[in-house]
Formats: sequence, structure tokens, C-alpha cells
Amino acid sequence: MIKDYMAVINLSENENDIRSLTTNRPIASVPVASRFRVIDFILSNIVNSGITNVGVFSASNSRSLVDHVGDGKPWDLNRKNDGLFLFTHGLDELVNYDSRLLKNNMEYLFRSKSTNVVLASSYMIANIDLADVVRAHETSGCDVTAVYTEVDDADKNFQNCFTFEVDSRTKRVTDVGKNIGFGKKANICMEIFLLKKEFLIDILYKSAHSSRHSSLYNAIFDQLENITINAYKFDGYVACINSIASYYRANMDMLKTPVREELFCSERLVYTKIKDEPPTIYVKGSKASNSLIADGCIIKGTIKNSVIGRFVEIEEGAEVENCIILQNVKILKGAKIKNVIIDKNVTVKEDAELKGNSSFPLVIEKKNLISGIR
Amino acid sequence: MAKKNMIAMILAGGQGSRLSPMTKVMCKPAVSFGGKYRIIDFALSNCSNSGIDTVGILTQFKPQALNSHIGIGSPWDLDRVHGGVDMLPPYMSEQGGDWYKGTANAVYQNLNFMDQYDPEYVLILSGDHIYKMDYRKMLKEHISRDAAATIAVIQVPLEEASRFGIMNTDENGVIEEFEEKPKNPKSTLASMGIYIFTYKELREYLIKDAMDPDSDYDFGKNIIPNMLNDGKKMIAHKFEGYWKDVGTISSYWEANMDLLKVDNDVQLFDRSWNLYTSTKVRPSQMIGEDAKIEDSVITEGCVVEGEVINSILFPGVKIEKDARVVNSIIMENVTIESNVIVNKAIILEKSVIKANNVIGNGDDIAVIEANTVVEPNYGGVANN
Repeated sequence: MIKDYMAVINLSENENDIRSLTTNRPIASVPVASRFRVIDFILSNIVNSGITNVGVFSASNSRSLVDHVGDGKPWDLNRKNDGLFLFTHGLDELVNYDSRLLKNNMEYLFRSKSTNVVLASSYMIANIDLADVVRAHETSGCDVTAVYTEVDDADKNFQNCFTFEVDSRTKRVTDVGKNIGFGKKANICMEIFLLKKEFLIDILYKSAHSSRHSSLYNAIFDQLENITINAYKFDGYVACINSIASYYRANMDMLKTPVREELFCSERLVYTKIKDEPPTIYVKGSKASNSLIADGCIIKGTIKNSVIGRFVEIEEGAEVENCIILQNVKILKGAKIKNVIIDKNVTVKEDAELKGNSSFPLVIEKKNLISGIR
Repeated sequence: MAKKNMIAMILAGGQGSRLSPMTKVMCKPAVSFGGKYRIIDFALSNCSNSGIDTVGILTQFKPQALNSHIGIGSPWDLDRVHGGVDMLPPYMSEQGGDWYKGTANAVYQNLNFMDQYDPEYVLILSGDHIYKMDYRKMLKEHISRDAAATIAVIQVPLEEASRFGIMNTDENGVIEEFEEKPKNPKSTLASMGIYIFTYKELREYLIKDAMDPDSDYDFGKNIIPNMLNDGKKMIAHKFEGYWKDVGTISSYWEANMDLLKVDNDVQLFDRSWNLYTSTKVRPSQMIGEDAKIEDSVITEGCVVEGEVINSILFPGVKIEKDARVVNSIIMENVTIESNVIVNKAIILEKSVIKANNVIGNGDDIAVIEANTVVEPNYGGVANN
């Protein structure tokens, strides 16, 4: 258990390549792994390390996030002292959005008693022992510790993520770049930083009104000449949810036992909001194989290699293959869908056929409960 | 404190000895049921869904599992500023103290708890029944008929009637006679153990009963007959729907099996009357490449690689390849290894059935106690 740390989750995340899932919500509250949301992972990592003071800074479109996170109870963050703090006030200008959002709520940082901060994004999914990162940070004596992962699929995954040059002897970050998908090997920054609160505040003052920085992280990296950044290598599973393709891949990864066991069966549990769904029922004639299925489903048809959310109904004769299906979806009799991502509340009509490509899955957007279209 | 219209008192002290070994370490209301619930969740969810926000739970026998399940009542939305859920075990006072000597005595010993809410009506419930019921309808009848007590009743087959408390009523549903387990039942209206009392009346009769050294201090044996003898107006409220007292291993097994149809009588999938429970967080269930599942109910944290037919799996159950589970109830965190046949069995929490085993003969219900490791070549049939 670590002491004297608070956490700041920065949800100003790039949604350019995942728009069809984020029209109604930020990346942080996109459903993933059948019953979780993207933010559950970083929130659980933080809580599992013993941190009890977490500030979540979200851009606009926060309804779904607020609904999901609530008062923080599922993460044991509904505390009298400290606990969860949600900052969801939209800003009109998008320049230096995250720095300004934090700076506008500077009082929160001042009031918090912790000396150090874990600053993190949500879209990198992993089960990481932050207490170990803290230990490494404190022995390193560096101003900042940044967590990274060494990947060999940077040409397909982790697009637009920060990359590090790391000195193999000193384990310091010597240069920072962006992954534009040219090579396979890269050190991808997982956007988890440890730093002094004082230092963060200093950066915020400097960057919020500067026209130089496009983001808070850029402002930190801009200091590379003046500060030392310790590089902490994380060897576990990391999924980066920043495009439809990577979202699809990450969900499919959950079907692999080693990935599932690493993420969900360690001592560090992943917490999420409880929905009070009944167990799932499988009717005679149904056929499910290699699939991750949430509670509350009624399965009468065939499911193969798919990830199914809560309260999904698959009727007789329906066939679902290589699909990601989110909450409250109905697949009616005889419908056949393959390589499709179906967002919440959609009904696929009888005998309908939908087919995507495994590298470019078809996305059926969330049915809006207000307009009731589609 | 603000006055309450109706509060509920749930009798949860039952030992449930006929459900042994399930009740070896916990009282009957805390026994797991239906894949992710505990038996008391039905009564508690009914309260919550009926808009009752003040509930006392009377405990006595092995209450630890029940206590930690209920907590502060937040799963049932019963963590309230005014009211909420209270665990009410027996207690000591200046005059000494007593165990609860009967159902009526348990409620009597908590008169001060009820008094603080000054309720118009008190709903007495049993914590060990499986049913979904809107208590508001019952209260409405109680009020409109101006009754002193209203007893929920259900039609039972005549041949089973002598197992129940039977109400003999006039054509208007006014109770004329109450017979506890009659040899020759005159009617088939069985008491469900659900009572609404006008609190003023209940209070008076509880105090009177407590003074009687010869009393059994029981609602069915004493309070109801005493009120009837005094000519109090008592109404039978007819309930239509699923109701089961899971008092024995076989009725427990049957009630679980009743859930295996989508439109089951319990209406488990009816989201307008949700069942709430306290759940641990787990990943979704993983269904393996060669799994075969038919008419079964499976929940979070399960990994199914083998065959599951007509069965219920609780959270965290693992069914390995080439294992076959039929007509069985497999409780939390049980592992069934490969080449095992489980046929009509109840396997209690955290047990491991090692590979190459046969559990159950398909006739009698085999019960494997909690935390058992069943080694290979167990000998074929396990029995309770």
C-alpha cells in the first residue's frame, strides 16, 4: 500500500478514430470486455494500490461517465475523507483543454494532502501494480516516472501514442516521439506518470495559457531538458482503445485465457458498477463456443468467438460470430451477423444479415432512447 | 423519528436443519439459491420493490454469513437515512436477556424497535421463501377491509394441505378457523407465513402472549388463534403465483430446477420486479470452444469447457473439458475436473471434484459438503 499519493485521471483522450462508439460518451465509459467500461481498469489499478483520493477530469459528453462512476462506491471511493472527485465542466475552447481543465480546478490539487500524484489516462487497458511503480519511482530519484510497454505491433496498434527513447543503462527517457505506425517495434508510453504535486501545479500554470502545448503530457515532455524522467517498463498485457480496430482487437483478446486471467483473476480485482442482472440462461438448442458472455442474457441461438454484454437476447436460429455486442441488444430469429460491433439498445431484425471485415468490423451505433430512430 | 406507514420484520432465525449440510455454517435464509442469490434476497427484494424502506431482520442461529450478506442493505436500496435495514439479534438488558423463544417472542422482544417508527401496520415475513410478491396489494386489501390482521394464502393441492397451516374462510375471505397442519384439511388455502397486522392490535397481542407461560410464542400457534378467538377481523389475501418453502433438500433442488426455463414461474427474468443481491465483482462467464450447454443458468466468473445440462452454476464455477454436469446445482467456486460425471447433485461451495469421478446416481440427490476435495475413484455415489 502506497502513501502520500493521489491520482488524477485525465480523460481528454483522442477520439478521432473511434467516433462511432463515442458519439454519446467519452472513451472512458465505452463498454469493454463484456461487462466492464474502459475507465474501470485504471480506476481499479489506482484503488488496488491503496490510493483513496482520485480526481477524474472529463471533457464534455460526460453523462454516461457520471452514470457509470457515480459516487465511486464500486471502487470503494465513496469516502468521507478523500474519495472520488468528478470534474466534468465543459470548456468552450479546445486549446490546451486538459491543462486548463485541471488548472480551473486547481483548488482540488491544493486541498489534497498528498505530496505526489499518479497522473493517468484511461484508454490503455492493463492490470498493473502501481505500488511497484511507486517503489521504482522513489528509488530512481527522478522528477517523473513514466510507464511504458515494449511492443512489436506498433505498425497496427498504438497509433498516435507517445513513444519513448530509453537509455538502456540509466533507464531514463531520452527522447519522446509519436507512433505513426512506421515500424513494428516501439516503446509505447502508457500515459501513467508519477510526479510531485508541486511539479504538476507548476507545469499547469506554465502550460495552461501557452500556445505551445497541445496537451498536458506535451507540456511535461517539453521539460525533458530540465528534468529527469525515469522509464518504468511494464511487461504485462496492454490494450490501447483509441480506434475501432483496436477496440475490436482488445475485446477479442479477452477470449484468450492468459489475457483474461492476467486482467481479471489476479489479486488485484477489476471493479465495475453492479447492475443486478439475473444469471444468463441457455435454452436447449442454443450453441455457445469460445465466447465471453455477461449475466442477464437469454441465449437461444448460436454464438461463436464473441463478446456479449449484459441483457442481450439471441433468439432461435440467430447466428453471431466474431462480434462484440453491448448491453440490451436483441438479435431476432434467423439473423446472421459476423464481424460486427453492435452498440447498446439495438435490435437486429429477423433474418437480417450483417457482415463486416475482421480488420474493419462493421459498427452499428447506439440506439438513442430519446429519438427512437433505427 | 418520522412515522412510517408500514415496516417489515423478517424472521430469519431458522436453523433449517432439514437443509443440512447447507445450513452447517449459516442459517437457512443465507443459503445460496438460483445461481447468484441467497434465499432471503426474495423477501428483501420484495420489500424494496414494494416501497418498504424499513426492515428489521430477526436473527438468532449462525447469523455471520447473513450479517455480511446484508451489510448496510445497499444492494436492496435499504441504506436509508430514516429507516433502512437493521439486524435484530437477541440481546441483554438490565433484567437479563433471553433467546428468541418463538416467532412471536422474537418480534415481541423488538417492540422498542418498532415503536420508534410508530407504524400503522407491520408486515411479518419469513426469510426462507422463494416468491415475488407486491406487498402493496396486500396492504391495500388489509386497509380496505378494515382488518386487524391479513394473512397471505395460496392454493395448495389437497393431498399436500396437511403440511401447511390451513385457513378456513367464509365466502368473503374472512378467516373463520385456522388449523396448523390438520390431518383432515377442510380447505386448501395454505398460509404463506406472510402477515400484515395493524400495529396497535399486534402490539397488544404480543404483550399478552409474552405474559402467558404456557405459550409457544408462535404466530401460527398462538397469536393468530388468540386473535381469532377474540373475534378480531382477519382476512385471507389470496396470492396467485410462484411460492415455495425450500425446507428440505428435495424442495430446495426442485425450486432451483424451476428456474431453468426462460419464462419460469419465479419470473427471474422479469426486470420490472428485480431481484437484488450483494455481488462480488467478477469477469463475465467464459464458454469454451467445445462446451455444450442446455437449459441451464450460468453466472459471472464461470468457465465452462465441458457439458452442462439442466443445471445451475453459481459464480466462479469451473467445468473442465469432458466433464458432464446434469440436473445439478454447483455452488460458488467449485471446480469439476475433466472426465467427471455429476448427475443430480448439489455440490457446495469451494469443493473440488478431481478428474475421473462419478457423483450422484441420478435418483437420489447427492450432496457434497463445502470445501470437500473428492479424490478420483470416489466410489461412485455420494449421498447426504
